[in-house]
Amino acid sequence: MREIDTATLTDVIKEMCIEANHVLSDDMKSALLQAQKEEQSPIGRQILEQLEQNMNIASQEQIPICQDTGMAVVFLTVGQDVHFTGGSVQQAVHEGVRQGYKAGYLRKSVVGDPLERVNTGDNTPAVIHFEIVPGDQVTVTIAPKGFGSENMSRIFMLKPSDGISGVRQAVLTAVRDAGPNACPPVVVGVGIGGTFEKCALLSKKALTRDLRIRSNIESIRLLEEELLDQINRLGIGPAGLGGSTTALAVNIETYPTHIAGLPVAVNICCHVNRHVTRTI
Amino acid sequence: MSERTLQTPLTKENASSLRAGDYVYINGVIYTARDAAHKRMYEAIQSGAGLPFELKNNIIYYMGPSPAREGRVIGSAGPTTSSRMDKYTPLLLDLGLTGMIGKGKRSPEVLEAIRRNHGVYFAAVGGAGAILSKCIVSSRVIAYEDLGTEAVRELQVKNFPVIVVADDQGNNLYETAIAQYAVN
Repeated sequence: MREIDTATLTDVIKEMCIEANHVLSDDMKSALLQAQKEEQSPIGRQILEQLEQNMNIASQEQIPICQDTGMAVVFLTVGQDVHFTGGSVQQAVHEGVRQGYKAGYLRKSVVGDPLERVNTGDNTPAVIHFEIVPGDQVTVTIAPKGFGSENMSRIFMLKPSDGISGVRQAVLTAVRDAGPNACPPVVVGVGIGGTFEKCALLSKKALTRDLRIRSNIESIRLLEEELLDQINRLGIGPAGLGGSTTALAVNIETYPTHIAGLPVAVNICCHVNRHVTRTI
Repeated sequence: MSERTLQTPLTKENASSLRAGDYVYINGVIYTARDAAHKRMYEAIQSGAGLPFELKNNIIYYMGPSPAREGRVIGSAGPTTSSRMDKYTPLLLDLGLTGMIGKGKRSPEVLEAIRRNHGVYFAAVGGAGAILSKCIVSSRVIAYEDLGTEAVRELQVKNFPVIVVADDQGNNLYETAIAQYAVN
């Protein structure tokens, strides 16, 4: 049994919210720089250069990369030998988000009731996903999610007979329909299998995977590569103004599913695909 | 396709001279309004109440900034997705609004309202809020302060970079540019 004070969780989450919104992770940076070299459209290259300058200004001058600093999505993977002390874990997470968004001059983009739509003023609550695993460590991933791209995400409840070509069609349809709205070049997170909500969660989790790591399932790795190629043939390009870089990566996560179903979720993220992970 | 510098206010004649694909650097005053401010402005028009700013010959920037650090004009300040304002936009154009800055596709109704009113729709690069904030020299909340980031702001901008996406001749850069790079 290892004791962890929830105040530690608050401090870590506060720092991570600020970091994620000012500095893109190395995998995203290198993918954007690589895209600059490969992009065929002159306007597209110019936009990618502007995004590089934007990244530099953001980290040097502590201005958020994007004004939509997102709704804070927090993945907490908790070792089952951990005992939290000092109060509610959920409240500690929300408090970390509250403090991070205030101290980091991040935008408060959360409304309390989805229909009444009054801003909560502190970007809480966060969206928290817990997972219990063996061990005595806690892994925290913060992925602030902007809604320009979140709004373009989709779930398709396919039939088993739709098979892999149905999955391909679903992903291409979602990216094509998103077009310029999702701030391309995008990262495409795909969840295949599970249930309605499980595949959505998988697709979100897929966005937090390092872009340089491909699926360790051979057939899925091939599907990731094939879909990336097909997406980049759509012509949408940087900022949707035409070009050969529409997506930087397609990350797919899978899970067993029911004999009657083939759920597919496509969670699209803009080129500001923020994800920071720390282990406590 | 050309590079142009533009000074606000934006008259119909000036808006009408712009073509999809033109690079434009905007100077002068523009106004921010996004979802909640559009809803309020729309309701104000319906009920005959006043608007926070004159629509005629003006430009709305669909943007809600992050907070400014001490000593700075504004925080990160890039465009938000324009299509969420589509429901309200034709009426604003009919009342004299000439320009909009945002990102992403517009509805057929908005594109038609741009044509009949000789307006223009510009795109700024989404997700480039840090660099775009450098082109904003002053910012002042002029209405709906309770909406926080969604309040209406009067911005002074200097060489604010945008690209014309839709013009009054019915040209749409998203459609033509994407078709040009699509590979079957």
